[in-house]
Amino acid sequence: MTILKNHDTKGVAFVDDAKLTARHVNVFYGDKQAIFDVSLDVGANEVIALIGPSGCGKSTFLRCLNRMNDTIDRCQVQGDILLDGEPIYDGSMDVVPLRARVGMVFQKPNPFPKSIYDNVAYGPRLHGLATTRVELDAIVEYSLQRAGLWNEVKDRLDAPGTGLSGGQQQRLCIARTIAVDPEVILMDEPCSALDPIATAKIEELIDELRENYTIAIVTHSMQQAARVSQRTAYFHMGQLVEVNPTEQMFTTPEHTLTEAYITGRFG
Amino acid sequence: MTDSSLSTRQKVERSLARRRATETRFHALGFMAVLFGLLSVVVLFGDILLKGSSTFRQTVIVTDIHLDAQFLGLTPRSKEAHIRRADFEGLIRQQLHAAMPTMTEDEARELHRLISIGAAWQLSDWVVENPQHLNQTIRFELLADHLVDQWFKHDRRKGISQRLSDVQLSWLHEWADSGQMYTRFNRLFFTHGDSQEPELAGVRGAMMGTFLTLMVTLVLSFPIGIATAIYLEQFAPARQWINLVEININNLAAVPSITFGLLGLAIFINLFGVTRSTPLIGGLVLTLMALPTIIISARAAIKSVPLSIQEAAYGLGASKVQVVFHHVLPLALPGMLTGTILAMAQALGATAPLLLIGMVAFVVDVPNAISDPSTVLPVQIFLWADSPERAFIERTSGAILVLLGFLISMNTLAVLLRQRIERRR
Ligand SMILES: Nc1ncnc2c1ncn2[C@@H]1O[C@H](COP(=O)(O)OP(=O)(O)O)[C@@H](O)[C@H]1O
Ligand SMILES: [Mg+2]
Repeated sequence: MTILKNHDTKGVAFVDDAKLTARHVNVFYGDKQAIFDVSLDVGANEVIALIGPSGCGKSTFLRCLNRMNDTIDRCQVQGDILLDGEPIYDGSMDVVPLRARVGMVFQKPNPFPKSIYDNVAYGPRLHGLATTRVELDAIVEYSLQRAGLWNEVKDRLDAPGTGLSGGQQQRLCIARTIAVDPEVILMDEPCSALDPIATAKIEELIDELRENYTIAIVTHSMQQAARVSQRTAYFHMGQLVEVNPTEQMFTTPEHTLTEAYITGRFG
Repeated sequence: MTDSSLSTRQKVERSLARRRATETRFHALGFMAVLFGLLSVVVLFGDILLKGSSTFRQTVIVTDIHLDAQFLGLTPRSKEAHIRRADFEGLIRQQLHAAMPTMTEDEARELHRLISIGAAWQLSDWVVENPQHLNQTIRFELLADHLVDQWFKHDRRKGISQRLSDVQLSWLHEWADSGQMYTRFNRLFFTHGDSQEPELAGVRGAMMGTFLTLMVTLVLSFPIGIATAIYLEQFAPARQWINLVEININNLAAVPSITFGLLGLAIFINLFGVTRSTPLIGGLVLTLMALPTIIISARAAIKSVPLSIQEAAYGLGASKVQVVFHHVLPLALPGMLTGTILAMAQALGATAPLLLIGMVAFVVDVPNAISDPSTVLPVQIFLWADSPERAFIERTSGAILVLLGFLISMNTLAVLLRQRIERRR
């Protein structure tokens, strides 16, 4: 596998009502380049799936979208990324409100070692979203309900979040993200540590959340991409090979590399 | 027969026997090492306990004392200062004479030497408290001299004596047989500072000195150490710079402690003019010594906080300071505390650096502030261990027991604190 020369992304990378816009993004870890000239739009209220062999830069690209890469010392991002037309790597954009607008769910469920309530209430407290306890209670209940966890935990909100099962923990993390009322939710392989039943629940949830949020999800499971997303982007060695509506991507891929990956010749 | 003639199964079988033997050997070695360690601890503690526990008993001689107001020149309305100036030593002497009227002057002197000079001021203390008993006869426990104390506690049963004359021994036997002489709890040891007289020497001064010194050390080194660790782990900009600091800190941790004493002498005393022999200067020097240990352990504790937790907080829009104070610090605190207690335990036992900044001075008064001259337990032990008197050697072990007590209570506190913090999660 080599880096494609003079590659132009196949398919339709751009949409009319873009929520997030990435143009000519290059990412470096020290001297090593991880993302090569990627341009991609994420449309409002769509679920876009990022797929590709491991190490191809899916997480790296996703983490550019809410500047999570800022926390890594040697990581350097070039190019333009816009949220609602505003450049996010500009000096004028503060990373704190940006991350409140673009939330993130991680690969491994990572609840805080605090109570379920405090986990969900952490973000709203941080940003001062609730002035009274009643308001905060309402946010917590709403978020847990949206994450489909309310009925399971409503009697033990004081129990530690780390005591839940893996699937419940991940839904708690989703509730925690929803609680700050973001516009975009980034998910980095949110089901890779979960069993099939928990996975099904999360997928169902993603489908519901699409009404209100824009979602970018990294997944290594093509079935999952097919089930939850409207568009799919295929990454290869740091390059964006092809972007197309999901159905089209899985039936008639344009690029030979995409086809090879989808038919399971490598991955 | 070559190896190739064996089946795979046989080869595995053969290597299995070898592995088992290795395992058994290793097991036995480990067990022996643990046993040796335990044995050393038992012998050490047993020896100190055996030698030191007698420190906590003090021999007294109970006798009738007639509080002759005329002899003392006192009335029931006398002021405290007046009472303290009265000649209680003469009174005790006179009363002892009265019990044995046929004594020669030499014998009287020898008799008098059996009683500690502390007996007189203990009696004056008592009269200050109970002036209404003037002109009455009371039963009073006279503090025995340290030679008597040692004889009664150790030599009597063995039938030997040291530095006591025949006539003195005859009195002692008489008192012992009549039950007039016995031992009681040695409160003095815990309420007094150092003294030239072994029977009046206590560890109170050294204990207070140690306590104050450690407080200064803790108050300075904990915040500085933790702040340094947080800065290095979370905020410091360039990697090379961190590495340089890291190498220096690791080197400092390995520097012989006496060097810190020299540094303290040169900088704090000679340059800044801090008074020597005080808990303040002791604490400053021990802070230098404790900092590397605290920083290293605090950094390790911070490093062990899962990155995923920090990312979760960043992902919700927490700032760096918020991530540190909401998540990193609470999770790292138990590890930081353990490291700090370790450093405090080291500081508790540190002797060499304190010798250099004058904490070896002979201090009688119990210090009450960090600017009072004082000594500390390990230096007190060092001083007593150097004395020729047996009673001081005995007190050396007693002071070691107090030091160990300090150590054990500090460690217990640390464990309890840790458990509390961990249970809160
Ligand atoms: N923190 C990092 N430091 C250095 N290199 C990294 C780091 N994170 C990822 N990389 C490199 O960047 C490339 C893309 O990684 P990643 O985005 O995690 O891939 P994916 O999520 O698609 O598996 C890989 O070659 C990986 O080794
Ligand atoms: Mg990844």
